[in-house]
Amino acid sequence: MQIVVRLAIGGTILDITGDIDLAHSPAMRKALLLEIKEKKTPKVFLNLEKVRYIDSSGIASLVEGLKASRDQGSRLILYGLSKTVREVMELSRLQKIFEIHDSEAQALDS
Amino acid sequence: MGVPVRGVRVTKNRSKGRGKAQPKSEMLVKLELQSNPEALCLVRATIERAAEVLHFRDTEARAIVRSVDEALANVIRHAYGGRAGHPIEMSCRKLQPGPQNSAQDGIEILLKDSGVPVKPSTLKGRPLGEVRPGGLGLHFIRQSMDEVEFSRKKGKNLLRMVKYLSPTPLAAASEGE
Repeated sequence: MQIVVRLAIGGTILDITGDIDLAHSPAMRKALLLEIKEKKTPKVFLNLEKVRYIDSSGIASLVEGLKASRDQGSRLILYGLSKTVREVMELSRLQKIFEIHDSEAQALDS
Repeated sequence: MGVPVRGVRVTKNRSKGRGKAQPKSEMLVKLELQSNPEALCLVRATIERAAEVLHFRDTEARAIVRSVDEALANVIRHAYGGRAGHPIEMSCRKLQPGPQNSAQDGIEILLKDSGVPVKPSTLKGRPLGEVRPGGLGLHFIRQSMDEVEFSRKKGKNLLRMVKYLSPTPLAAASEGE
């Protein structure tokens, strides 16, 4: 899994590539919490367009990021979810908890 | 569906695959793994291919892959406490209906580990709708597989998971994907 950090208007984009599984979710969690808790970035965009797989540990990291952003009064915004990632979100019944957009343009406009 | 506990078979859909006799089975692949999270991607690729060979629909194949991945992650995290280098055995068999029963084709995955015994109280998962990390893996498995059975034999944890092939014709199913 690779994480590329980009600056965006009003926040930061994390481009994730690869599988978010037990081996790699700690790295995503760390990057997310760094932006939210330490850098106090007001908007953190998570680009999941190139994520092929996410497991329950990845979902747990997203939930932790969401809680941290709520505590900070910031926003965690997801976009570009593949069919596989959407399925897992739906199975978790968490898709309505997260702010999710189809594309980067829509996410940045939100 | 009830909570799957050790030594108890949980059948999700009793109309599928449960004839009077057990279906025949044929070994497809057997892997000896170590409790290393880096190995999970290899197992996912293997199971995905096996499900494809057995003509599971894409959604079903993804569900099977997800279940095996989550089950192995649970073994690594809970049975082995996150420690790498411990043995896990995974076998994958093709289930075929016998001549005297109504069972359907399917896939059976058996995981075996030598970690700490699984406690039935830890097999509940968490209530859905709660916004908190953790507790989802078992829920994914129970949602996805037709049979989930935990047991402990000769000092080893065994997890048997079965998914039966949907009776929907493949061509019609593919159009709906």
